[in-house]
Amino acid sequence: MEKQLHSMLSLRGLTRRFGGLTAVDAIDLDLAKGELISIIGPNGAGKTTLFNLVTGLDRPDAGTVSFEGQDITGLSPERLAAEGIARTFQLGRVFGNLSVKDNVLIGAHTRLRAVKPAVPVIGPLLELGLALLRPSSVRAEEERLREEVKAILARFGERLLPRIDQPAYSLSYANRRRVEIARALALKPRLLLLDEPTAGMNPTETAEMQSLVAELKAEGLTILLIEHKLEMVMRLSDRVIVMDEGKKIAEGPGEQVRTDPNVIEAYLGHGLSGTTEQESAA
Amino acid sequence: MSSWFDYTINGLIIGNVYALVAVGLALIFGVSRLINFAQGSIYLVGAYIGWVAVMQLHTPLPLTIIVVAAAAALVGLVIERFGLRPLQNSVRIAPLLATIGISFVLDQLVMLTFSPNPRALPSQLPDVRFQLGGGTIGPLDLLIAGVGITSALLLFVFLRYSKLGWAVRAASQDRDAAMQMGVDVNRVNQAVFGIAAALGGVSGMLVGMYYNQIDTAMSLQATLKGVVAEVVGGAGNVPGAVIGSLLLGLVESYGVAVFGTSYRNLFAFLLLVVVLVLRPNGLFASTRQAPPEPLTGTFIAPSRPLRIPRWALAVAAAIFAVLPLFPVSFYVLQTLINAWLLGMLALSLTLVAGTMGQVSLGHAALLAIGAYTSALLSLTLNVPVGLAIVGGGLMSAALGTLLISPSFRLRGHYVSIATLAIGEIVSLVILNWESVTRGPIGISGIPPLTLFGYDLISPSSVYWFSLAVMVVLALLQGRLLTSHLGRSFRAIRDDDIAARAYGLSLNRYKSLAFIFGGFAAGVSGGIAAHLYSYINHETFNTQQSILALTVVILGGLGNVVGAIVGSVALVGLPEVFRIAAEYRILIYGIVLLLLVRFRPQGLLGTI
Ligand SMILES: Nc1ncnc2c1ncn2[C@@H]1O[C@H](COP(=O)(O)OP(=O)(O)OP(=O)(O)O)[C@@H](O)[C@H]1O
Ligand SMILES: [Mg+2]
Repeated sequence: MEKQLHSMLSLRGLTRRFGGLTAVDAIDLDLAKGELISIIGPNGAGKTTLFNLVTGLDRPDAGTVSFEGQDITGLSPERLAAEGIARTFQLGRVFGNLSVKDNVLIGAHTRLRAVKPAVPVIGPLLELGLALLRPSSVRAEEERLREEVKAILARFGERLLPRIDQPAYSLSYANRRRVEIARALALKPRLLLLDEPTAGMNPTETAEMQSLVAELKAEGLTILLIEHKLEMVMRLSDRVIVMDEGKKIAEGPGEQVRTDPNVIEAYLGHGLSGTTEQESAA
Repeated sequence: MSSWFDYTINGLIIGNVYALVAVGLALIFGVSRLINFAQGSIYLVGAYIGWVAVMQLHTPLPLTIIVVAAAAALVGLVIERFGLRPLQNSVRIAPLLATIGISFVLDQLVMLTFSPNPRALPSQLPDVRFQLGGGTIGPLDLLIAGVGITSALLLFVFLRYSKLGWAVRAASQDRDAAMQMGVDVNRVNQAVFGIAAALGGVSGMLVGMYYNQIDTAMSLQATLKGVVAEVVGGAGNVPGAVIGSLLLGLVESYGVAVFGTSYRNLFAFLLLVVVLVLRPNGLFASTRQAPPEPLTGTFIAPSRPLRIPRWALAVAAAIFAVLPLFPVSFYVLQTLINAWLLGMLALSLTLVAGTMGQVSLGHAALLAIGAYTSALLSLTLNVPVGLAIVGGGLMSAALGTLLISPSFRLRGHYVSIATLAIGEIVSLVILNWESVTRGPIGISGIPPLTLFGYDLISPSSVYWFSLAVMVVLALLQGRLLTSHLGRSFRAIRDDDIAARAYGLSLNRYKSLAFIFGGFAAGVSGGIAAHLYSYINHETFNTQQSILALTVVILGGLGNVVGAIVGSVALVGLPEVFRIAAEYRILIYGIVLLLLVRFRPQGLLGTI
């Protein structure tokens, strides 16, 4: 209970069934502010489904999600984005026809103020009017966000900046993953959920991603990470949660989890760990 | 036909006919997640092949059925092989547009071959009726029921016990997994299109016999009814499609019993809208579905749009602006006025379908709303024409958005269905709401265009007026596209799930797109009303919706300049080549198909 009071995100008995399959089975989890927890587990363990439940893209059959003490179970993804929850997607979901810049600007959408006055009923019409008229406040806001986008892209070195005006569909796979993360950062998230950010990346790219996540953590961002690459998990995580067949089978510091007989059994039971499969799939 | 018993029988019989169409749609949707807009055209083809068999070849009934089924199946196979298979790795919008194009081409071919006039299709059965309970039942009723039940049984046996049937079921459960297990998807598609077409063709023939009349308008109706039944039953759910069809048949039959025949279609579409709003996955969807698999690829063809420098656009606008000062014929001006009016509609559609990804097939309804509003405002309330046109635009924006809003949470194909249905609803309401719209008589004596008290009667003043309005709308739309709304619309189009995860409300932004687009279309309709001085419920029809769609694809989806270039091209070229009016729709359909196949990004590129 004590823990729940201070935690940023807490899940209680979170459950999601698909027909006969329980993809997420009574998961409890507490994530403190500034903490980084990794969720690992074999393919099909229910990790992504858990993310969907937290971000409102799917609704649980049972259990609750609370964020900073507020019950947010079943709220729409739009609302949750406005609350400061940002995520990336396992298979990458950039907006293919939008430029890199526009993709990242969409990340900042919830932070638009000048052009999106919080007026009930006629708010949308005002938004349309302001978008067409573009008074100086709106232009200034847009300008500020564009500068911010450049700053965010700069975190990826020379990977994205030179391609800022290129459409996302023309980017390499790794770059699209980076754009996703940039988009998430543009939301100025209070909670960031990363779903296999290094899937399909080569060792150099993985190392780059790892240092970026480490940087974000050092800046105090609260992060929930799904990752198959155990090396990276061990380095970054404050705690590791292992899922298998929807259930949490182990939780604790990386080294302890790694040697847990349950965990070894789960991974052996499902063939090899996901790492190699992920690589070949990508 | 007096008792409730008769209405029930009638409802079930018609439901049976719908089921033959809907089952085909469900099979196709199951394996390829595609709503086949050409299904009604196959039904039409079936009816006319039936007519040829009965009237020209004098085949006996069993042979007629076999001939129709075989010929329709062949059409289905051709559609699959040449229309859709080449698009397998194409953008998501491509197969949708292709079936729309195929449907128009088939309908027009039938119309050109057989003339649009209705024909009688005798049933070849003795005209007797048996007393049954409180009503009567005829041999044709029994035949239809028999064909329905037999087809269901055959289909069941096929799906259940044949190897190919197993492959179809596997592919509709999980296409990728089925492919990995070695299922040949092309063969599955072939089977499904062949079966669907055979069922659809027979269904068209039976309906023709039932009413003893066939005509080319049957096609669109059949597509709509089949889709309504399928959606009610749950897309891709074959037994659901049967139950949905029977339900639809009954709802219509009872509705007609209570309110009269002219409301028949209204009930079908209201049922559709109610189901879409309350149970978008159909009445029998067992559990709420999680968001489907991440969508790969993009909705519209990715391309780098041609950048036309501003000065070039300004020069082009100036040339068109000074054109009437030169001795050009009235005919040229008239053609260009039509192009500007179509251009406004295309601007609207390119925003909604291209930028926002909501492929509307009922866009002509927005014209109608604008036209009627403006006409009635100026006629009955004496509102000055200029203001009335603006009123038409506003009404179209408001009402159009309101009507389409139930479909905001739907994806791709459903939006097209819903807009098609809403277009029909609008024209039915115009037809039936006599106290306001003057019903079938239409509105005549609409005052000509005036602006600030000056009559715009000369062709050149009308030309300038419509050109100016279109240019202003285009500039506004260009500005919209460069604002945060432009990128929000396009983000939702590309991936609505990711967009929602970043706080973009689908309702809000789809509404805004329809409000803006609805205004442009309404203004176009308003101007048209004052130019034509007479309008009725058929002035703005589906053909214009399809023409606008072709224009938009020709110019490049979402492309503002493209919409205008496309309008000038599609209005102007047929005039230049003096193509007879009845061939134009056919040509638009073929152009649409060729574009989708060979240049999906259009002339100037998608945005
Ligand atoms: N929308 C859905 N409908 C039905 N079943 C689903 C759905 N989404 C996920 N599942 C099932 O739920 C289980 C958990 O899937 P999930 O994607 O959450 O696993 P995961 O741990 O993220 O696996 P991976 O490491 O492969 O990404 C799987 O068996 C999957 O097939
Ligand atoms: Mg996953």
